[in-house]
Amino acid sequence: MDKYSWAWFHRFASPPYVYRVAELWAPWFAWIAGLLIAAGLYGGLWSSPPDYQQGDGFRIIYIHVPSAYLSMMCYGIVATASTIGLVWRMKIAHTVAVAAAPLGASFTFLALITGALWGKPMWGAYWVWDARLTSELILLFLYLGFIALSRAYEDSRSGDRAGAVLALVGVVNLPIIHYSVVWWSSLHQGSTKFFGGNADIQTSMLMPLLLMIFGFTCLFAACLAKRVQLELLGRERNAAWAAEAVR
Amino acid sequence: MLALASRDLRISFRQPGEVLTPAMFFVLVTTLFPLGLSPQPELLRTIAPGVVWVAALLAVLVGQESLFKSDYEDGSLEQLVLSPMPLPLVAITRVTSHWLATGLPVVVLAPLMGLLMDYPTQAMGCLVLSLLLGTFTLSLLGAVGAALTVGLRQGSMLMPILVLPLAVPVLIFGAHAVAQAANGEDPSGVLYLLAAFLVLGITLAPFAIAAAVRVSLES
Amino acid sequence: MTLEARSLGLWRVERCLCRDLSFRLGSGEILQFAGPNGSGKTSLMRAVAGVGRLDEGELFWEGNPATRSDGYRTDLLYLGHQTGLKSHLSATENYLFYQSIAGYSSEIGAKEALGRCGVTEPADRPVATLSMGQRRRAALARLLGVKAKLWLLDEPLTSLDTEGVGLVSQLLKSHVKGGGMAILATHQLLPGIEAQRLELGGKA
Repeated sequence: MDKYSWAWFHRFASPPYVYRVAELWAPWFAWIAGLLIAAGLYGGLWSSPPDYQQGDGFRIIYIHVPSAYLSMMCYGIVATASTIGLVWRMKIAHTVAVAAAPLGASFTFLALITGALWGKPMWGAYWVWDARLTSELILLFLYLGFIALSRAYEDSRSGDRAGAVLALVGVVNLPIIHYSVVWWSSLHQGSTKFFGGNADIQTSMLMPLLLMIFGFTCLFAACLAKRVQLELLGRERNAAWAAEAVR
Repeated sequence: MLALASRDLRISFRQPGEVLTPAMFFVLVTTLFPLGLSPQPELLRTIAPGVVWVAALLAVLVGQESLFKSDYEDGSLEQLVLSPMPLPLVAITRVTSHWLATGLPVVVLAPLMGLLMDYPTQAMGCLVLSLLLGTFTLSLLGAVGAALTVGLRQGSMLMPILVLPLAVPVLIFGAHAVAQAANGEDPSGVLYLLAAFLVLGITLAPFAIAAAVRVSLES
Repeated sequence: MTLEARSLGLWRVERCLCRDLSFRLGSGEILQFAGPNGSGKTSLMRAVAGVGRLDEGELFWEGNPATRSDGYRTDLLYLGHQTGLKSHLSATENYLFYQSIAGYSSEIGAKEALGRCGVTEPADRPVATLSMGQRRRAALARLLGVKAKLWLLDEPLTSLDTEGVGLVSQLLKSHVKGGGMAILATHQLLPGIEAQRLELGGKA
């Protein structure tokens, strides 16, 4: 790498710089998220027709699918940030991972709740051990494990690194876990693939869904920016710039 | 390497109590199911594969907690990290000797538990083989969790929470192989998959364990 | 043979233990980390050994970066607060084990080494039955059994009586005479040992 790109790299590793960047971007992401979600909800709840099979119950996918997608993307972010933190020894990467994990857990939880709410009118029970939802449940445990481990260490620098190792082990296992659960589910429930069965999604449904997915992603980015700011303030509370920032 | 293995086995030999605890746990957990549900043979036969596997999984997990604890406390873990031996190699040696002492008794007792659960005798071979492959893989996973939590005060409570989600695939396929054998189907496909998990574990886990040990010793 | 530390920085649990710390150690030299309890002697020692986390700065052994390099680990011997002895094994078994995993072991047998350190009769009993002082002596026997250029000794005098203290001084003197080097973390004074002192600050 040439000297210029190393300078950029090092600048990104500085907490005050990242704090300022996050401060700048968060409101933009929040506003865009608001607009996209509003548009998506309007399209999803108002202007698209009810499904001929499921009536109005299916509309929960406008929250369920973005949540599920984001829960997995967030784990990817946690794993990537953890790798950067371990390999390049950048503390800021660990800060991002630690800030993102609770967000990921929340999205996972939201996906589980909306999945259960969808399940009741569809299958008559809130929880039927569907493959996708069971995978999401295990993902939730992976998140909670990460959060618990990184907080269990007294020294947060070590806690970050421990969580990072766990995140990497988790990300390698995740596809294995997912496919085992899918296989297990197919054994015991036949070929009922509820959430994968949206083969013929009409444009009227697809558009709001995409809007919601992008909207949620922006919402996630805004929340992550804010949480990173919070984490940085907490970790660097003894530094001069932190005192300035809080003033 | 051999020196390390023989040292570990010698220590295990002198601590029969600690070594047999996982095996006793295995037996106890298995007996809880008929007590908690019902001792009817039809029920036991249906749940036998799952019960024996869950009990074995929990027993191995319980056993892994002692893997690094005493080494951490008496300072020999740091000495192992500082020795010229590559740490992943140290890790796999440790896990292997620990498994021989704690996991193997579980595998040996498995047919007995199978009998308690009315498991067909002709399928016992598959039961033992699946557990042989599976308990070692679970030991490797458990070792990662043990290494990450060895320095923590509440480490022993946290370790199962970290490891159980990772153990799900092994459980799913292990129990399925045992169920297939009980039904007279051929379990070899699933057993090969378990073997593949084992190979993956042996290849990757030592590095994760080494990294985890270093993090635990950091402060 | 030189050990060089440049701008070492250590943080433990959000507290800065040291910053921009540098030192140089050559053959035949002894360095002493001095300071009150809690000043970070052990953390610094462990960081120099390579087990503890070094947050800033770099270590150089014989001119090459030391962290995790095989050469460094082979050349050093670290005796920490804990003895590193397995309590279910005897002192002899522990000694032989450490000789077998070391980079270079000396020809000194277990009986002789332990004897020189004052552990004769209890050598074959499980370490759990030994007193703290005897365990410390058994741990010190490793210094005779393993050939290492750099000794890192953290509070080596704990639990030792005056004879024991004399033993440590004697071991250090012969080590240093043979060209070895050592770093000690101790607030006690060792009789007859000349050492550079590195003062570590009090509570931050």
